[in-house]
Formats: sequence, structure tokens, C-alpha cells
Amino acid sequence: MTALPQENPARDAPVPPGVRREALYFALRNAKLLIGVGIVLALLALGLAGPILVAAQPNEYVGPPMRPPSGEYWFGTTTFGQDVFAQFVYGLRTTFLVGVLGGGVAAVVGMLVGFVAGYRGGLVDEILNMLTNIVLVLPALAVLLIINAYLGIRSVGAQALFIGLTSWPWAARAIRAQTFSLRTRDFVDLARLSGANTWKIITREIAPNMSSYLFMTFILLFGGSILIASSLDFIGLGPTEGVSLGLMLQNAGQWSAMQLGLWWWFIPPGAGITAIVGALYVANVGLDEVFNPKLRQI
Amino acid sequence: MSLRVSDLRVHYQTLKGEVRALDGVSFEVGDGEILGLAGESGCGKTTLGKSLIRMDGRMRHIGGEVELDGEVMPIGDDRRMNPFRFHRVSLVPQYSMSAMNPTRKIGKMVAELLRSRGVAPDPAKLDARLELVGLSREVLGRYPIELSGGMKQRMVMVISTLLDPSLLIADEVTSALDVSTQKAVARALAGFRDNGVVKSMIFITHDISLTYQIADTIMIMYAGKVAERAPAKVIVEAPRHPYTKLLIDSLPEVGVRHAERKLAGIPGGPPSLLDPPTGCRFRERCPLAFDRCAEEPPAVEIEPNHVVACWKA
Amino acid sequence: MMLRLDNVTKVFKVGAFGGGSLTAVGGVSFEVRPGEVVSLIGESGSGKSTLGRMILGLTPATSGSITLDGAPVRPGKAYYRDVQGVFQDPFSTFNPVFKADRVFRMIKEVYFPGVPEAEWAGRVRSSLEDVRLNPDQILGKFPHQLSGGQLQRLLIARALLLDIKLLVADEITSMLDASTRIDVLNLLAELKARGLGVLYITHDLSLGTYLAERTVVLRRGAVVEMGLTGKVFGRPLHPYTRQLLAAVPRLREPWQDAEPVESCPYHDSGASGGLFEEEPDHFVACARLPECEGRP
Repeated sequence: MTALPQENPARDAPVPPGVRREALYFALRNAKLLIGVGIVLALLALGLAGPILVAAQPNEYVGPPMRPPSGEYWFGTTTFGQDVFAQFVYGLRTTFLVGVLGGGVAAVVGMLVGFVAGYRGGLVDEILNMLTNIVLVLPALAVLLIINAYLGIRSVGAQALFIGLTSWPWAARAIRAQTFSLRTRDFVDLARLSGANTWKIITREIAPNMSSYLFMTFILLFGGSILIASSLDFIGLGPTEGVSLGLMLQNAGQWSAMQLGLWWWFIPPGAGITAIVGALYVANVGLDEVFNPKLRQI
Repeated sequence: MSLRVSDLRVHYQTLKGEVRALDGVSFEVGDGEILGLAGESGCGKTTLGKSLIRMDGRMRHIGGEVELDGEVMPIGDDRRMNPFRFHRVSLVPQYSMSAMNPTRKIGKMVAELLRSRGVAPDPAKLDARLELVGLSREVLGRYPIELSGGMKQRMVMVISTLLDPSLLIADEVTSALDVSTQKAVARALAGFRDNGVVKSMIFITHDISLTYQIADTIMIMYAGKVAERAPAKVIVEAPRHPYTKLLIDSLPEVGVRHAERKLAGIPGGPPSLLDPPTGCRFRERCPLAFDRCAEEPPAVEIEPNHVVACWKA
Repeated sequence: MMLRLDNVTKVFKVGAFGGGSLTAVGGVSFEVRPGEVVSLIGESGSGKSTLGRMILGLTPATSGSITLDGAPVRPGKAYYRDVQGVFQDPFSTFNPVFKADRVFRMIKEVYFPGVPEAEWAGRVRSSLEDVRLNPDQILGKFPHQLSGGQLQRLLIARALLLDIKLLVADEITSMLDASTRIDVLNLLAELKARGLGVLYITHDLSLGTYLAERTVVLRRGAVVEMGLTGKVFGRPLHPYTRQLLAAVPRLREPWQDAEPVESCPYHDSGASGGLFEEEPDHFVACARLPECEGRP
């Protein structure tokens, strides 16, 4: 068999080979993404490495009370002589943990519900949709008050789980809508003709096609979890053990840091939360530009 | 002469470099003439249509000139092209179906469009045009979603010719339509020319048998260049360029049966225009190719109105 | 192996609460025999693609029966070993984030898990050569790096790996250039010679007549005329068939106008079943369907 007749593919297509390589090309040139990711990574590194560098335990009474930032206590000390910097770096850890766990739980539940509802349609969709809408309108704070009263949220893990189980509905709705449009594509039919079952079609045909979308959903859920956890901590519904940026804010408020002029007590945790969540959102906008060819400026 | 295009060169900018989508295209369209533009996908026919009215952001006018009714069109200058658009040159796009605002009634949309172009609506003229394409007046009171594909296509045709442009470009307007609707739309287009609504027309399609039905002249393009241009009858019955011949031979017609007469396609595919080969661009796929084809064949008018770019023609 | 459709009907629920209904296919019966190409011709909204999807088991029929050698369609591993489909848009049939040859891998995982890799690679290559593709130019490429004609042939090669009995080809050439379209059509003709049955769904009469032994003309979900291709298009009886024929643009022959529908010779003939056998292997429906009052 020699010289088979061949057509040449569209070699002039402006897309370089590989969707992923192309995304990387634009990702490395997107300032918003780089700045956002940079800030998040820097804070994460601080949270991971900080506790090793700082000798003091966060809730230990290590020094003189109410000291402004100095060479010895970088972020100063609290009314009780706790090291604010130590609290901050340990708090960062907790905050990231809540974000990953809460965002992770929400993403997993949201994906499961969204994919199944969107792909199966019909009665399954109606039931899951009803469930989604119920959770969506559930007053999370009121429920938390009740749960706290009965069970008491004592650990960071329990808090993250609660956040995860209440914040998935919007993600489920968004994923359901995307799945709806993908399931009518011919490649899904081809997978069915290849004998693939529902689970295989969802995980191997539909999900890879919206991987960028899923990634962005997770980032938003991650940021959302941090924000919710901080608010819960601040109003006193947080875990009773440990330290987090939200708990620091709560303590600062409780002991009138503002009135006493102890600005170094409440500014670091406030700025930390704002920086993480803000950077995540900026990175998300950047990712959108990377993945969506219409937003690329070329 | 209504439209005169000489040595037009338009490139696309891509991440990999410049794609020479149009590489020295010259032709003329006379008054009252319908030019059918045909060729495989990627031959440059759609690029040519776009170049004459609005270039997209990646297109660059590299060289050559376009003259409409004796006036040079600034095709590379988006802003200076504005007075030409709709007034002098107009386009019926491929997917007219999605070109209409779904939340506006059609009549209202037409009025707004005209006002945005600084023209007062003329109801009598609009009615006459609707009648010309076989639509009733009452479509103006409907929403786009209430119209069938063929009706929408004809409505867009009416809208794009309301200002009596000299040149109308129809880009694959019938390819998404059923055969019977296709016929009505193609005939309505020819009707615009017959009634003097437009002076001349470029009808872009991949379907030679369709363009044969309404075009006076057919131009076959290949890899950014003109391969052959001749009266429609001549292209179909006595083509001279090997590419045209092969293209026509590959078309099944009603009544041709595989068992009786097996048709053949054209082996291979068009070359990359990122770095086009020297000489004749069809050389690699051409059954008649010989040494001289390494040199680029000039476009020669072998008989009146019949231009061929092939050493063997 | 024979595919038989018997009074197949598909009704879609429409409207906000599923209150309305729309009959996409109404009482269609025909057969596809081994080694035979049947072209199913219809315009948009004729229900031709819905029929194809029902045969492939991608959507269930509301009523009527579709049987393969007497056994009803049961979408699943066993059925798809015998029946496969190729669709209209090659670029949408391939998952854009994966390489094109992944469609072979999917088949291997489900149908041939025990076949050694080396042997499988050999089978893939020979199947690609069967559809006149050069394996070295195809394997390892992403869909957007291949042309529409190459992709459609690749999908046919995929179906051949399963040793199918019936191929449903739904508008598989409508997105291709004329110069490559004919290669895909010739390939379908070769499949026929191998003893496969092919259902070729198209809106293009000239492509349909090129291949098919028998033709089914569909309009608004019902068969208006069917039979041997030569008879249906040599002597079209139904006004709709004539109108379609007159609208097809031809080379060397300007458009003619079809004569308007005036009377229906089948109106009072009193035959039963909706279709009348005008001559052997040539069936036609009443011209005034569906509003015909004298309809049996």
C-alpha cells in the first residue's frame, strides 16, 4: 500500500496543538491571574512556614500586653500579651484549611448533583432541582445557630463540613446548566454507542470538557467558604478551639481593640481575609480570560 | 464596470504567523452581473467577501486595490469604510438567523436600523421589497423566532438592500436551508438584480450546481488565488483548469448511480497558506502537472471573459 | 441481519408542563436488508434524524417496533456491536479535549479488553487503511488537526472494528467539501459490497440517489413515497417528491417549476395501510396527507 490519498488538515488553524498547551500560553501572559495566584501562594507559604519560624504558640501569653509592632513582636501583642503575628500565621493555616475543606465538600456535592441532574434529566432532574432549591433558600445562619445549640461546633473540620453542605447549590445549578448543553453534543452519543455507562460518560466525556469551568467553580467556592467561616467566627459561632483570622477579629472586637487604639490587632486578620478572597476573585477573572477565547486580547 | 479588484492581498494574523488568505486576486464584476464564487473550504472565498465590506480584527490589507463604480474603497480602514457600508456595499451573512435581535419586532428593528444609518424609513419601499422576495407585510409585526429559516434569510436580504447598495455580497446564504427554500431564496436574490435593487452581486457558495442556477459568471478560487473565471455555462460545460474539471466531476447529480458511473474526489488537500508553495498551488494534486508548473502560471484571458491560470489551459 | 421498522411513532412532549405534544415521526415502516443502502430523504423537520436516533437506541420510540433480525432494539453493549452510527458534524462527534484516536480506545475497553495491545494496534491500522486513511498521519492527532473528511472516515473505521451489520449514516457528508464528499460516499458503497446494511439519511437527493438501492421520502414524519430508487426518482408519483426533484439545483439544467398539487389519484382507491403499491417496489401515500379525508 503506497501513497494513500490524503487530505491536509486545517494547518492554518490559529490554535496551537493541544487545548491545554494553548491555555498555558495565555495563562503565563495574564497579569490578573499571575497577581491573584501570586498573592494566594505567598499567604499560603506564610501560613505553612510561619509556625515553624515563630516560636510562640498563638494563644500563649508570651509578652507584655498591648505592645505596638516591633522588631520582637512583628504585629504587636494583644491585651493579654499574645503574639499577634503568631496568631496570624496559625490563623492563615486554619483559614486555608476551611477554604479547601469547605470548598471541596461543596464542589463535590455540587458536581454530583449538577452532573446527574443535567445528564439524566426528567424526574431525576426535577427531584435534584427541588433539593437544590430547598438548600439554596435555607437560612444558613439560623440553621447554624440551632446546630450549634444542639451539637456545638467545636472543630474546624465540622465548621468546614457545615459550610460545604450549605454552599453547593449555586455550583450545582451552574454545572447542571453546562451539562445540559454538553449532553446533546454528538460525542456523548458516540460514547453511548461505544457502550459507555452514565458514570463513564459524565467523568470521561462531560467533565473533562468543562474542567476549566469546574476549576473556576472550586476557586469561587474556596473563597466563599473562607468568607463564610470568617463571618461565623466573628459573630461567635466559630470553633471554640484553635485560632483563625475570623476568631482574631472576634477577639479584637470583644476586647474593644478599636476603642483602645490597638489597630495592629484587627488590621492583619482583616487585611488577610480581604487579600485571600480578593486575590482569588481576581485570579478567577484572569482564568476566565485564559479559558474564554472571546476575552483574549490578541 | 461596477466592481474592479486588482491584485488584492489580504493576510490573517495568527499565533504561528501570517496566513496569506488572499494572494493577488484580480477580477471585475460588470453592471447587472452576478458573480458566483466557488471553491473548497479554505480557498479564500469568504475572506474575499469579508474584505470587500468589513475586515475582522485579524485581517490585514497588504496590497492591491478595490474600486467600486470608479471610486477606490479604503478597505483596510475600518472607519473610512463606514460611509460605504449598506449605502454602497452590503452583505447578507451566512447565519442571518442569529443576526436579528430576538426581543424586537421585525418592523421596529428595521426602523431603528435605518435611523442609526441616518435614513428616514420609507414604508412604501419596504412593502415593495417584501413583495419582491415573497414575504407578506405582516412579518413586520412578528418576532424573529416566529419566522422560518427561509423567511428570516429573505427578511435579512430585504434589510441589507434597503439602501439600494451598488454591490451585494451573499455569503453561503442558502447552505443551511432545505432544497425548496434554497430555491426560493436564490431566486429572490436574482430578483434583486433583475429589478435593479442592486447593480451587481457576488454569490459565495461551495455548491457549483446552485451557483450555476443564478450566476452569470463563475469564479473558482484555489488556495487564495483565482483558478478560473468564465461565464457559468462555460465553467460547467467546458472548463479549462484541471481543478475546475475535477471539482465538477466530483459532483453527484440526480440520476448518477454509483453502480453505473463511479465518481472520484480530488486526492489530497489544499496547501497551507502560512507558507504557500511556489509555482502553481494546485500542482501537488494535479494529474496534469509537469515541470513548468514549478513556475507560477499567470492568469490568461484565453477567450473573451474566460480567464484561466494554468500552463496547460 | 435485517432491520425492520413497523409503524414507528415518536411523540415529543412540549410546553411548560409537558401539556402539548408534537408528533415527530408518525407510523413509519420500512426495512434495511444486508448489503443494501437505503436512503432516507427528508427536509428539516421531517423526522429523519429522530428515526436514525431511534434505530440507534439513543431515543426511545413512543410506539411501534424496531427490530433487528426479529429482536427489538435494546441499547447496550450487545446491540452496538451490530449497529453503529456516524453523525453530521465530525467536529462535534469528537471530544475536542482528547486526541481523535481515543474513539478506538473506547471501543477496546468495552468490547476487546482481552486483546493484546500489539494486536489491537494492528487491527486499528488495518481498519484505517480500509477507509483509505494513512495511519501515520491520523494517529496521535487532535480532532482540529484533521479535516472533516478524515474524521468521518475515521468514524467509519471505528465502526468497522466492531464488525457491524448495520450503519446509520446521518447527514455524514453535509459538512464536507464536494471534493471529499464523494470519497466518503464511495466508501459507503464498499461497505455495502461487504454485506453491511446502510441507512443513509440525507436532505440531498443527488447524494441519496448516487448510492441507494431503495429510497424512502419522508415528509413531516410520514413516508410519502418509497421503493426502488430508480422507480421513485425515475417516475416520481407524489407531488412532494416531484417538488423536491424540481428544487434540486443541477448542472447543465436550469431550474424548472413543479406542477402544483391539484388532485390525488389515490384519494379514492380504497387501499389500506396509508401507502399504495402503485407498481412492484414502488409505494406512494395520498397526496393530500395528512388532511386527506378519504384516507383509509
